[in-house]
Amino acid sequence: MTRHVVATVDEIPSGARKIVEVQGREIGIFNLEGEFFAIANRCPHEGASLCKGRIVGLVEADEPGAYRYSRRNELVRCPWHGWEFDIRTGKSWCDPRRTKVRSYDLKLEQGSALGEEELRAETFPVSVEKQYVVIEL
Amino acid sequence: MTTDPSCSAQRFAGAVDCDLHPAVPGMDVLMPYLDDYWREMVAVRALDRLNLSLTSYPQNAPLSCRPDWKPAGAGKPGSSLAAMQQHVLDRFQASFGILNCLYGGQAMHSEDMAAALCRATNDWIRDAWLDRDPRLRASIIVPAHNTELAVAEIERVAGDGRFIQVLLLVSGELTLGRRQLWPIYAAAERLGLAIGVHAGSAYRYAPTSVGWPSYFIEDYIAQSGAFENQLQSLISEGVFAKFPRLRVVMIESGLTWLSGFIWRADKTWKGVRAEVPWVTRAPSDILRDHVRFTVQPIDDPDEAEGLLRLVDHLKSDELFLFSTDYPHWQFDGDAALPPGLPEPLLQKILRDNPLAAYPRLAASVRSTEAEVSA
Repeated sequence: MTRHVVATVDEIPSGARKIVEVQGREIGIFNLEGEFFAIANRCPHEGASLCKGRIVGLVEADEPGAYRYSRRNELVRCPWHGWEFDIRTGKSWCDPRRTKVRSYDLKLEQGSALGEEELRAETFPVSVEKQYVVIEL
Repeated sequence: MTTDPSCSAQRFAGAVDCDLHPAVPGMDVLMPYLDDYWREMVAVRALDRLNLSLTSYPQNAPLSCRPDWKPAGAGKPGSSLAAMQQHVLDRFQASFGILNCLYGGQAMHSEDMAAALCRATNDWIRDAWLDRDPRLRASIIVPAHNTELAVAEIERVAGDGRFIQVLLLVSGELTLGRRQLWPIYAAAERLGLAIGVHAGSAYRYAPTSVGWPSYFIEDYIAQSGAFENQLQSLISEGVFAKFPRLRVVMIESGLTWLSGFIWRADKTWKGVRAEVPWVTRAPSDILRDHVRFTVQPIDDPDEAEGLLRLVDHLKSDELFLFSTDYPHWQFDGDAALPPGLPEPLLQKILRDNPLAAYPRLAASVRSTEAEVSA
């Protein structure tokens, strides 16, 4: 397992995303009101760039016409076929058991807590003052 | 003369024939069931001169009556109970037969006239058919374009347990999922009646989605498209979410379009389900729980093989219900179902599936069995 510093926290505001590349894999980093999550930028259905899709809330209904809207900005819809994926878990709404996008563990670290080697490995300058998104892969 | 038992009439013994068409011979038989106002209107407005057969089944189209089932005299095909008994009920040793009267009354533009003719037709069906053969059950004909009158007719008739279904045309005035029709579904669910959706149009709109056809064959072939639209409407509008115990029987819908339908409906639902969030399961799952299909006309060239493939794709052997579609010409001889169907599937189609689709039928079987064992 190697730790990868992939973004600064302040470049991904709440409700936004950033797509990064780690060891040849594209990963989407999402900020849900201060909580950060990472999922693969590859839809398990046909391989589209899932993380470039529209960020939406969860729509449910107990009966026709009774719309229930919750979890604003916590799902992403694939730009190709519209399948919804839970950004927190990577599970699809329609088939959560079998159709999932890989999710990655990440940590938010203060620049001062990052090791020398990690700091050197990244392509952008890292400073001790800032907070960083770190993925272990 | 064939001796192959898989082709003989005996293999249908005990069947429930889910689609029989009794014909109203003429306005004269309905007159006793009309009130004074409508009796006078029949004379004044010359309603007795109208044929009132649904235009979807032109009387002289070959499909409208099997040649050897044509009455000898001038009578309409399907107007004789004795002929129906001889041709199908006795010949196939049916345990039950369900009468779906396709009469123009339900398609009249005047809501009141439609309601009056539906009332008269239902009463005539009770007296002239149900009372004369204990195997018979019937659908309630309703003026579906007036929900209040339709519900009133359902409630008026439903006290008689031999009415087991409410009949709607596949092409009426509305897509069938619309909420203004829901009181009909609420009444059906509450009273244990299935909703039967039968091929045919009230011709409020062109019978194809691309305009008026020139020929009967276009109209006839387009029917299955209307069934697809209505099935999708019922699912999308949430009828089955709202009425979880409702059963819908698609009658003369054809079957093979279902394969492409579930593929497209399920796939598309995954992408746009937020539009209809009350559709919480794949359309094919909902269909398996709520919708049934009568088997004639079987639109499959491969005989048993094709039907088995469809059962496999639909992941259910509980969807198809036996029907002869009497007197329409869908098969010859005794080939009401293709030969070579596995016995368990055959029994399901003939009896188990119809009993599961029609709660009132199942109830009368249970009470008969209780009488026998008592």
